[in-house]
Amino acid sequence: MTPAAPTLSGWGGMTRPGRELASERLDSITAGATLTRGLGRSYGDSSLPAHASDRVASTVLADRILRFDDATGVLRAEAGLSLAQLNRVSMPRGFFTPVTPGTELVTLGGMVASDVHGKNHHRQGCFGAHVRSLRVRLADDSIVECSPAEDSDLFYATIGGMGLVGHILEVEFVLHRIPSSWLIVERERVRDLDELLEALSRAAPKWPLTVGWIDCLTRGRSMGRGILMAGRWATAEEAEPDPPRRARLRTLPFELPNWLLNPLTARMFNAAYYWRRLRRRVSGPSAPQPFFYPLDAILHWNRGYGPRGFTQYQCVLPRAAGAAAVREFMQRLTRVGGASPLCVIKDCGREGQGVLSFPLEGTSIAVDMAVSPDIQRIVDRLNELVIAAGGRIYLTKDRFTRAEHFRAMEPRLDRFLTVRHKYDPQRRLRSAQSVRLLGDRA
Amino acid sequence: MKAIILGGTGGIGRAIARRLAQRGDTLFLLGRDETELARSAADLNARQPTPSVMGHAQCDLEHPEGFAAALDTADAALGGCDTVIVTAAMFATQEALEADVELTRRLTTVNYANTIVFLEHARKRLLARGGGRLVVFSSVAGDRGRKPVAIYGSSKAGISTYLEALDHKFHGRGLSVLCVKPGFVKTGMTASLKPPPFAGEPDRVAADVVRALDRRQPVLYTPGVWALVMLVIRWLPRFVMRKIDF
Repeated sequence: MTPAAPTLSGWGGMTRPGRELASERLDSITAGATLTRGLGRSYGDSSLPAHASDRVASTVLADRILRFDDATGVLRAEAGLSLAQLNRVSMPRGFFTPVTPGTELVTLGGMVASDVHGKNHHRQGCFGAHVRSLRVRLADDSIVECSPAEDSDLFYATIGGMGLVGHILEVEFVLHRIPSSWLIVERERVRDLDELLEALSRAAPKWPLTVGWIDCLTRGRSMGRGILMAGRWATAEEAEPDPPRRARLRTLPFELPNWLLNPLTARMFNAAYYWRRLRRRVSGPSAPQPFFYPLDAILHWNRGYGPRGFTQYQCVLPRAAGAAAVREFMQRLTRVGGASPLCVIKDCGREGQGVLSFPLEGTSIAVDMAVSPDIQRIVDRLNELVIAAGGRIYLTKDRFTRAEHFRAMEPRLDRFLTVRHKYDPQRRLRSAQSVRLLGDRA
Repeated sequence: MKAIILGGTGGIGRAIARRLAQRGDTLFLLGRDETELARSAADLNARQPTPSVMGHAQCDLEHPEGFAAALDTADAALGGCDTVIVTAAMFATQEALEADVELTRRLTTVNYANTIVFLEHARKRLLARGGGRLVVFSSVAGDRGRKPVAIYGSSKAGISTYLEALDHKFHGRGLSVLCVKPGFVKTGMTASLKPPPFAGEPDRVAADVVRALDRRQPVLYTPGVWALVMLVIRWLPRFVMRKIDF
């Protein structure tokens, strides 16, 4: 029996032949590497090598905090520091990351490369807006420090640049002070899509953290019924006396069979989630963990989708396109059969400075979908609608978008390619995703 | 606890240093690379409000002439240490060692002869003040002569035997010796190898080590399942060992 060739996989279960090099010394393993990856939480092919023999550097062992200033909140760390680790260190000291994605099992390097956004995007923008400086290894193996003042073109192309402009070695950013380690969270059941969109915009000026969950399996009048979740940090008086306890992690030790997640079970799940609380509106203190990272409570929850894997379709539709575009999106989603239990909606604030950063002012919608024989058609149909509305998709989640669709929704692409060409004329840094979307050589 | 750590910048040593710093122990770091030492010290100090690292100094297991001075510097900075932890060592695959006799000389010198010289210096200092704790990383590879780790394993067998004797000889005088025998742990050292079943995570292993250290346990297999695995391996007859490639 010959041993199976090593593979790397994205969070959605897509695998590619290849292996990663891990070392505490990021400066040595990134030399000659074509791609750097962290915890592999991007859903599609962003963290997968273009070719099996490519040198892929793993950052996860390079996780040191190099500087933390209690007075200003400025923190500098190696790119492999995970957000989970950072939270454990910073929260007891009254600081929290300025922006957090929906999982804490990501690295700082990944947060910069994806320019992640969170429930506070309408107030704080993306993570990149809080980064002061980056240490980057370029394709010619030189190491440079870049910032909004120094090599700013490199800095803004690296933020949200999916690791295609340089290997991120160190990140310096500003943490926010928090009054306690508890949140005050309000959940409100809303009856349909219009009400949800209205509730989101009504909550935005009042609450620094907002997000909506949509039951996108319900059709007709209740289409888009859901739950609005809003939160803010609790003051020292409102907070529980003890710091929140971290729940014990559970794991899904094996893949569930493909058939387990079917229209019926998904509908049952959604109804249960929608009616979970009898009162229409509930509010009170909550630990940050279940609010920010509900799915992290189960390690390897992605196995729930079975061996076929899954993808997440996330797009943002500009405010100008209005609620009508969101409604049309939901209708098309149901019609093409892409609906699933996990559908999250969020109103985004202004576009950031990362050249390829995802968010723009409007409504972001994220839907998990099992990979089925139909998936390419579903993604194509949705992309056509997004292009028509003037929106775009989130590369970190993507695995099926066609190159021509990406180009059509990304007027900033040429600017990005110009910077990339300046720092890496041979396009040495590349990924399976850049082969698919930017036509890089495999 | 006031501990000197040789090899605390990476791998399991890094994880142990973090656990000790977190609970308020004070540390002094010894290692080969000045920059790495400074970065690790910064990391350990940034992780809690009060700094835990009293300093760091260069100390290379390939250069035994520097051991005494490095230990004295560390000892002075800590105001008298009570614990010495050694996680540093060299690793190379059997293939690489067989292909390069010079590498074999270096590895066996570092892992066996020089490590013992370092420990002799450390032991004498601890015993002079009435005892203390020695924590040294050996390996399950030293438990039985095995094909894939013939040379590396023999260097670790020597260390295990030495530590066992130290425990016999000085336990009565207040010296606790902990011989740590990790199985496969996913660190930078083993990054080029394919992880076998029951491969451990550095932080899990570090937690086991700190617990064993507190209990003054003489030998630790970690992850724990390796105690069982090695028990079986030790009792396999020679004709089986000749056949299998484990």
